[in-house]
Amino acid sequence: MNYTFIALVENKPGVLSRVSSLFRRRNFNIESLAVGRTQDPDVSRMTIVVDCPNGDIDAHKIEANLYKLVNVIDVQDVTHQPNVTRDLALIKVLVAPERRAEVNGLADIFRARIVDVAPDSVIVEITGTEDKIEGMIELLRPIGIVEMVRTGQVSMTRGVHDGVRRMPGMNERRYDNMTEVAAMVP
Amino acid sequence: MKLKGAEIVWECLTREGVEVVFGYPGGANMPIYDAMLNYPIHHVLVRHEQGAAHMADGYARASGKVGVAMATSGPGATNLVTGIATAMMDSVPVVFITGQVAAHLIGGDAFQETDVTGITLPITKHNYLVTRAEDIAEAIREAFYIARSGRPGPVLIDICKNAQVESCEFVYPDEPELPGYKPVMRSPKALLDDAVSLLENAKRPVILCGHGVIMSNAEEELMQFAVKTQTPVASTLLGLGAFPASHSLSLGMMGMHGEAYANNAIQNSDLILAFGMRFDDRVTGTLKTYAPKAKKIHIEIDPSEVHKNVFVDVPLVGDIKTVVSDLIPMVDEYDHDEWLEEIQGWKNDADTRSIMNWKEDGKLYVAHLIADIWKATGGGAIVTTDVGQHQMWTAQYYQLEKPNRWITSGGAGTMGFGLPSAIGAWFAAKDQEIWAVAGDGGFQMTAAELTTAVQEGANVKIAIMNNNFLGMVRQWQEFFFEKRYSAVNMVTPDFVKLADAHGVPARRVTTREEVADAIEWARNTQGPVVLEFKVEREDAVYPMVPAGAALHEMIRRPVKA
Ligand SMILES: Cc1ncc(C[n+]2csc(CCOP(=O)(O)OP(=O)(O)O)c2C)c(N)n1
Ligand SMILES: [Mg+2]
Repeated sequence: MNYTFIALVENKPGVLSRVSSLFRRRNFNIESLAVGRTQDPDVSRMTIVVDCPNGDIDAHKIEANLYKLVNVIDVQDVTHQPNVTRDLALIKVLVAPERRAEVNGLADIFRARIVDVAPDSVIVEITGTEDKIEGMIELLRPIGIVEMVRTGQVSMTRGVHDGVRRMPGMNERRYDNMTEVAAMVP
Repeated sequence: MKLKGAEIVWECLTREGVEVVFGYPGGANMPIYDAMLNYPIHHVLVRHEQGAAHMADGYARASGKVGVAMATSGPGATNLVTGIATAMMDSVPVVFITGQVAAHLIGGDAFQETDVTGITLPITKHNYLVTRAEDIAEAIREAFYIARSGRPGPVLIDICKNAQVESCEFVYPDEPELPGYKPVMRSPKALLDDAVSLLENAKRPVILCGHGVIMSNAEEELMQFAVKTQTPVASTLLGLGAFPASHSLSLGMMGMHGEAYANNAIQNSDLILAFGMRFDDRVTGTLKTYAPKAKKIHIEIDPSEVHKNVFVDVPLVGDIKTVVSDLIPMVDEYDHDEWLEEIQGWKNDADTRSIMNWKEDGKLYVAHLIADIWKATGGGAIVTTDVGQHQMWTAQYYQLEKPNRWITSGGAGTMGFGLPSAIGAWFAAKDQEIWAVAGDGGFQMTAAELTTAVQEGANVKIAIMNNNFLGMVRQWQEFFFEKRYSAVNMVTPDFVKLADAHGVPARRVTTREEVADAIEWARNTQGPVVLEFKVEREDAVYPMVPAGAALHEMIRRPVKA
């Protein structure tokens, strides 16, 4: 099953290659990885979706290994927390002017937007969960997708919920109470 | 104070207490070598950068301090790679400093440009590419801190040539600030309680002592804990020396070539307490049948080692010295007399099979030779090894009472490690006796460092166990490939003449009668000495757990009439 991790990392050159090298080296299977800036210029944020066939044991390994990287500040597993998850796709569809309305209609249903119109193609922009985007792609495919790009998943937990942190004490900023942490070790 | 980047390098090394640096110059680190002349740190010019890496490694293992090795860019840096991987696998703190082409040339395939931080990314604990003089001090400060703290390991700093020649204000940073690097030292009380109750219910406990015990200086705590709870102690290859071999609770080495009684104890145990070891496949055999009846407690500073190979019941992430100190007052005194008696039975059986009981048959056996060296040196020498059969015999028969004297490449199994690591160790312990035990194969991989030993006057005694075979590979071919010997038969040079050409006194030994005298002669001869032992060609290391077999499925030495 897919697990979703949020990692805060120092905003330094090479951090992304450290993370991807680690996943390759340890044989973890990345489904999606998205990196971007945060409100803190020194910190970047990664949302990493990984296939974890052994469930929590794999999740434990992934967190522990990420902390081996000196530039990784914090890791949480948000798989089982209430969260907002989004992926953005730009989809270029080859469509003659007569059938444009059809694409428009689909876009409306999915709350997607047409962001570019050319004589025989349009670009649809859709934001949402993986499922929603897959659904839209399925319906556009018969019309004729010629190009597509996706950003990869980004996630944020809702409200005050935090993800699970399995590494006791690795993150001093958040954990002072070691006994509380102990309960989280699988 | 305004300084050039190259001077900053040496200022920082001086402040880190570095006494000796092993290295090799070239185009991209010439400014560093030029600045070196103004600083009192001793530089050892090696003959191949791999030698520098192993020397720094041997120095670190013998001293408990951080070793330092240097090389130029491109081929200089890539020659370090085997040594970096070796240090990584055995968690040895070494700082590597490489020269890099000028920052503005990076990415253009400049002369001797290689992406060294890329190449070493998976085999360093951390690495740095420094493009400006302003960043050198911070990188070095952090590198030393990262290398020696937490789970130690190698850190590489790649410094661009322009950064070496540019000047900037030199400030040596205070404690490095690393928001993402916080090694955990203590385990939570709740988990310590769990560990204590597992021990309370255990009838057949075994401690597995790994390199971490030595790295954490926890030998004293291990002893107290083992004695208080009457728990026998088996060691990994790298854990040897942490617990005295002569102690009645010592089980010696475990694993592929471990003592049968150590492996039997593990397989029959109901509680394993793993101290700073990582359940390597060489110590577990197949995991399917590994210690099937045992609950497991794992004390380990690196959380990624917990549950990696073996799922444990109580993970105690933290510094071993700290965690075991916390545990000692919490545990009761136990006696496990029945269990210890059962183990004694296995020990007695092993004694009857021991090669030490063999009658003399005029041949030279490495096991005998190691025992002879052990006797002559009172078991107190620093011993380095190369990799192969001789390494395992040395582990088995050079019985160690104390830590930091046993220097061998365990995780990586790097041939060529023995001689250079001994030279490095000598710089850490010039007043101690140092022996390097090497095979004929491995010795030839880094034999060029003999002249380094001469140039430095390194007082190391080199015992070459010459079986004219890549012995360990030959043994596997004998056992598992129907004795089809493939690429293991090795012509060797005349090692005595080879040593002579280097100005190194040497003797060849072919019979057991000559052994004691040769060893004494080597011990009494100042500086590097080579002893070539012409040993039995097709001897095998026993016991042996075949790769992928269960730990109790050992091939035992046939009992001779
Ligand atoms: C650099 C390197 N290459 C290959 C090997 C595989 N290997 C392991 S032991 C061994 C044989 C070593 O022969 P020798 O040095 O003569 O020691 P012996 O086993 O005969 O004591 C080989 C080839 C290795 N460990 N390291
Ligand atoms: Mg050999």
